[in-house]
Amino acid sequence: MTKILTGLALATVLATAACGGDSANSDAVSGAPASSAGSVGTGAVGPLTVLAAASLTEAFDKIGTDFEARNPQIEVTFSYGGSSGLAQQITSGAPADVFAAASPATMDTVVNAGDAAGAPVVFVRNQLVIAVGKGNPKGIRTLADLTRPALKVAVCAEQVPCGAAATKAAAAAGVKLTPVTQEQDVKSALAKVKLGEVDAALVYRTDAKAAAAEVDGIEFPESAGAVNDYPIVALKDAPNPAAAAAFVAFVQTESELAVLTDAGFQKP
Amino acid sequence: MIPALAGLAFLVLPLAGLLIRAPWTTLPARLAEPGILAALRLSLLTATLATMACLLLGVPLAWLLARTDFRGRRIVRALVTVPLVLPPVVGGVALLLVFGRRGLIGEWLDATFGVTLPFSTAGVVLAEAFVAMPFLVISVEGALRGADARFEEAAATLGASRWTAFRRVTLPLIAPGVAAGAVLCWARALGEFGATITFAGNFPGRTQTMPLAVYLALEQDVDAAIVLSLLLLAVSVLILATLRDRWTTT
Repeated sequence: MTKILTGLALATVLATAACGGDSANSDAVSGAPASSAGSVGTGAVGPLTVLAAASLTEAFDKIGTDFEARNPQIEVTFSYGGSSGLAQQITSGAPADVFAAASPATMDTVVNAGDAAGAPVVFVRNQLVIAVGKGNPKGIRTLADLTRPALKVAVCAEQVPCGAAATKAAAAAGVKLTPVTQEQDVKSALAKVKLGEVDAALVYRTDAKAAAAEVDGIEFPESAGAVNDYPIVALKDAPNPAAAAAFVAFVQTESELAVLTDAGFQKP
Repeated sequence: MIPALAGLAFLVLPLAGLLIRAPWTTLPARLAEPGILAALRLSLLTATLATMACLLLGVPLAWLLARTDFRGRRIVRALVTVPLVLPPVVGGVALLLVFGRRGLIGEWLDATFGVTLPFSTAGVVLAEAFVAMPFLVISVEGALRGADARFEEAAATLGASRWTAFRRVTLPLIAPGVAAGAVLCWARALGEFGATITFAGNFPGRTQTMPLAVYLALEQDVDAAIVLSLLLLAVSVLILATLRDRWTTT
């Protein structure tokens, strides 16, 4: 049994190494232009694995393309998912270079397990909006409108960051929400609006923006009291520490922050 | 022998992992937490109701597939296995498209009877039955094929109606197959996650079954998720072992 497991581990290592094989010549990373903070002179080459919260999908895909354009020697692979699930993968030893979480609490589990290289940096923030069907058929304007009887509302479960934010926002507004369902993540809550099963859902502004063809996002003032910080950090056991550091710096450059704000995020 | 043992180890080792990692010292306190009992009760109730629904609809369907000959039977048999192949989450979306508020049947149900299935306990039963029924149908169909059809023919020549022959002759013959199918069906319904959370949503006490509670506990606290999983495992193994004894002794 042990032999088989060792064999598997070896195969994984070989496969990982093979991915970067074609760029094994150690050209220095060109980095971002001199004007931006992302330029690094280290000789980073090869694959870079970034674990990121699902809400970062659209923005990070674009940033990844930009990063590869600046650093042709580096090949970025993203793995998107619920922040807490990703944090668990990291603390269980998954080989990854960078972690971007949707909440400081999930980042803390990685930091507390000693898996972060240095202190995480908050690079963007996200806040809630009310997602309603296109054209807002029920005429929802405020958070208090969601308490109208016969109105079906979805929120995230309190265990996930968007649910915790919803609870905070409702408390700030002095509103008692009676959702029909507490969804396991923000995309599921949004899907229930898209399918017309609920009349409204509390989702991140970025999610509403990404689904603008099917839903409208309604801003409400109380969401300012429940802003989610997104921290990013290079990981201690990163197979590619130089590229990890370069990516973390690159995400915080002006041009890439613009990509993030276009997606609906706010600067910290 | 070695492949058999390796197979067993492969199935049992993850369970051992759960047992080793379980927070035994805080176990009683964690089990006493409110909400756990509600989720367990809901799981047992919905899995049992789903199994009953599958028996009512699945046994006749299995009989149709095993005992009658009609054009397109192969296709029907393949269609029966669709829920096995379909990712459960997709199954949940498909159910929403049919039984949802704007679904083909759901819209009519809502307009005519004021019944909406999503986000209700009935919705949980529906989702579980959808995913679990193939296990029952396949198992019962296999039993029917193994049972000698001449007994039924003899009953028919002696004047029994088709229903009487089925009830008095066929059913006793295939009882072990039906029981095995029902057990598989119940176990699958008990562990159902994807279709349930997609179709019925997640609301404590109403649609939050144990697998949903486990998934959400995992978001915050791995230990809590392990405790919930062990509880679900223990209860289901206990029930299945008890039932099994009863069948073999009678």
